Amino acid sequence: MDFSFTEEQKKFRLEVSNFLEDEIEKGYWKPACDAWIQGFDPEFTKRVAHKGWIGLTWPKEYGGHERSHIDRLILTEEMLRYGAPAACHWFGDRQVGGAILSFGSDDLKKEFLPRIVKGEAYFGLGMSEPGAGSDLASLQTRAVEDGDYYVINGQKTWASCASFAQYFDVYVRTDSDAPKHRGISEFIIDAQSPGLSRIPMIDITGTEAWNDVFFDDVRVHKRYLVGEKNRGFHQVLHQLDYERSGMERLMGNYALFDSLIQFAKDNRLSQEPVIRNKLAQLQIEFEVGRLLIYRVALVMEEGRAPNWESAMSKAYSTEFEKHLANVAMEILGSYGQLTSNSKLVPLRGMALHSYLGSKGYSLQAGTTEILKNILAVRGLGLPSS
Amino acid sequence: MKLTLTEEQEMLRKTARDFLADKCSKEFIKQMEESETGYPRELWQEMAELGWIGLAFPGKYGGGDMSFLDLAVLLEEMGRACLPGPFFSTVILGGLSILDVGSNEQKQEYLPEIIRGEKIFTLALTEPGYDNYDASSVTVAAARNNNNYIINGTKLFVPDAHIADYLLCVAKTKPGNGMTIFLTDAKNPGIKYTVLKTIAGDKLCEVIFGQMPVPEASILGQLNQGWDVVQKIVQRAAVGKCCEMVGNIQRVLEMTVDYAKERKQFDRPIGSFQAIQHYCADMATDVDGARFSTYRAAWMLSEQLPCTKEIAIAKAWTGKASQRIFALAHQIHGAIGATIEHDLHYYTRRAKAAELAFGDADFYQEVVAREMGL
Repeated sequence: MDFSFTEEQKKFRLEVSNFLEDEIEKGYWKPACDAWIQGFDPEFTKRVAHKGWIGLTWPKEYGGHERSHIDRLILTEEMLRYGAPAACHWFGDRQVGGAILSFGSDDLKKEFLPRIVKGEAYFGLGMSEPGAGSDLASLQTRAVEDGDYYVINGQKTWASCASFAQYFDVYVRTDSDAPKHRGISEFIIDAQSPGLSRIPMIDITGTEAWNDVFFDDVRVHKRYLVGEKNRGFHQVLHQLDYERSGMERLMGNYALFDSLIQFAKDNRLSQEPVIRNKLAQLQIEFEVGRLLIYRVALVMEEGRAPNWESAMSKAYSTEFEKHLANVAMEILGSYGQLTSNSKLVPLRGMALHSYLGSKGYSLQAGTTEILKNILAVRGLGLPSS
Repeated sequence: MKLTLTEEQEMLRKTARDFLADKCSKEFIKQMEESETGYPRELWQEMAELGWIGLAFPGKYGGGDMSFLDLAVLLEEMGRACLPGPFFSTVILGGLSILDVGSNEQKQEYLPEIIRGEKIFTLALTEPGYDNYDASSVTVAAARNNNNYIINGTKLFVPDAHIADYLLCVAKTKPGNGMTIFLTDAKNPGIKYTVLKTIAGDKLCEVIFGQMPVPEASILGQLNQGWDVVQKIVQRAAVGKCCEMVGNIQRVLEMTVDYAKERKQFDRPIGSFQAIQHYCADMATDVDGARFSTYRAAWMLSEQLPCTKEIAIAKAWTGKASQRIFALAHQIHGAIGATIEHDLHYYTRRAKAAELAFGDADFYQEVVAREMGL
C-alpha cells in the first residue's frame, strides 16, 4: 500500500489550484456549490481546455493526454474544492466521451472526442423518463429505422445541463419485442435537431436544474448509433459506473464545508463542544469518503470498469453531502433560512441551497437504494431479489 | 498511490491465516478466556519461531527487518482470528517503544529476549478515572530516593500485567506534565495484580505499586520527558487496535453475508430480501472505510510521516463503524447470533474491547477538531 502522491501529481495539483485561485482573483467567477453541474460558463471551459485538462485520460489520437485516472481525480478534486463552473464540459469529459471511446465507431470518436477536448461540445443525458427512473430498462422513447435514419419519438426527463447542451446522449427502444433490457440502443443526438424541444424544470432551490426533453419525429442518422444496436442497456450500466465514480459525489457542496469551518472559527462557535464535534465528525466522514473514491480511481487505473466500488462510494458520499448541509443549517440557526438575496444572509446562502439541493444527490445517477442493491448483489454475491 | 498489498504481504497474510485457522479455534479461545494466564507458552514459542514477534524489529536484534505496515497485515489476521495472548502488549506496547527511545544497552538487553519469545512486556499507563489518555490523569508518582525512584499508586486496565516480565510504567516525576517511563521488573513483590473480568475475556489488570523502588537506570527515554513518548505509544497502539478491528469486522461481514445466503425464510435466502441486502451493503461500506483509513494511518506511521489527524480519523471511524456493523450483524444472524453456540459473540466482545482501548471515537473526534484548528 502506498497512500502518497508522486512529485508530478503534487505539482499537478498545485498547478490546478494556482490556476483556479488566479481565476477567482481575477473575478471571473465565485466559488459555488453544485457549480460542476449548474455552473454554465463556456469561457471557463475554453480556458480549461486550453490547459489541456479535458479528456485527460483519453488516447492522444483523439486529442486526449493519456494521463492517469489519479491525475484526473486530482484535477476534479481541485475543481470541486474551488466550486468552479465546469458544467459545460463535465458530462462529455466524465462519461459521454468515455462511452464513445468504449463503444463508438471510429467515425464517432473522430467527430466528437477532439471537440470535447477543445471545450466545444457540451453534452446532456437522456436516460430517465417519466415512467422509467430506477427501472431504466422500462424506458419507452423509441427509435424506428427509416432508410439511413432512425426516427425518434418520446420524452426524456431529469436531463441535467440540458438547457445549454449541444448534444444529448440518449437511450431509446429499438426493439419492442425483445426482453426490455435487450431492445435499447444509444444515440448521440444534436440538440438543434428539428422536433427536439426542451422545457426547463425548476428544482426546490429555485434553480433550473433539469429539463424535460421531447422528441417529436426527430431524425438521427445511423452513424450516430453508439455501439451495437440493442446493446444500449449494457452500455448505460457501464456508463453509470463511471458517472458514479468521481469526487463530485463527495465534494459537490465542498465550498460550503470550507466556508462553514471558517465561519465557525471566526465566530468562536468552534469552541462550543457540540459544534466542534459536529464539524470534526464531518471531517472524519469526508476523509473516509475520499479514500473510497480514490479506490475507485485505482480500479479504473487497473483498466477495470468500477462497479460496486463506485456504487459504494456514491451512496456513501451523497449521504455525506446531506449530512454536511444539515450540520450547516443547524450551526447557522435562524440565519440558515435566509435566501441568497436576503439581507443578513450568511455564507452567500450556500447552506440553504445545499440543504435543499442535496435532497436530489442521492437520487441522480442511481438512487442510494439501487446502489446498495448493486453493492449487495455484485459486490457481496447476495442473490438477486 | 496503491491500495493493494505487496506479494510479500500477501504471503505473510496467507501464512498467518493458515496458521491461525489451525491453532486458534473458537474452542481454544474459550479455554484461554477461562484460563488464568490467557495464553499457552507453546503457541507463543511457535509464533516467535515463525518470526512474528520480531517481524518489525531490526535484524541486529534478531528481528525480521520488516515495516510497521507489514506488522499491520499480521495484526489484521490476529484480529480476524480473535487471537488471545500478549502479542499486542509485548510487541506494540513494549518492544516497539523500547526500540523508539531505549538506550543501546536497553535495546541490546531486552529486544533479543522479546523477539525470541522469552519475555512478556506491557504498558502500565491508564489509571482509575475517565480521562485516561490525558497527562493530567496520571497520578501514579515516582519519588526520587538516592539512586532509586519509589513508585506508588494504582494503574488500571493494564493488559497482561499478571504474566508480564516487565512493565513500562508511566509515572509522574515532576509537577505539571513531568512524566517518566520506567522499565520495571513486573515480578517485584512491591506490585499487586488483580485480573479484571472483562467483556472480551482478555486479561486487563489492576496493578498496585506499593512503595516499589526502581533504579534510575531503568528509565526509558528521558527523565520528565516521557509524555511525548507516551503519546507516540498510544497513537501506534490505536492504529494497531484498528488493524485488529479491521480483521475482526471483515470476518464478521463475511460470516454475515454467508449466513444471509444460506438461511432461508419464506422459501428464499434472507439475503435476497432488499432490507438484508442494504444492511450488508452498509456493513461493507463501513468495513472498507475502516480498512482504508486504518491502512493509511499504518502506512504513514511506517513512513514516519506526521499523522496525528489520520490516526484519529482511523480510530474514530473504526470505533463507530464497528458499533454499526455489530448491530447489523446481530440483526441479520437473528437469535442464534445472540447465543454462545454461535461464534459471532467472540467478535462482538473483542470489537468492543478494541474500540475502548487507546482512545475511543469521542476522544479522537476531539483530536480531529484540534487538528482542524477548531
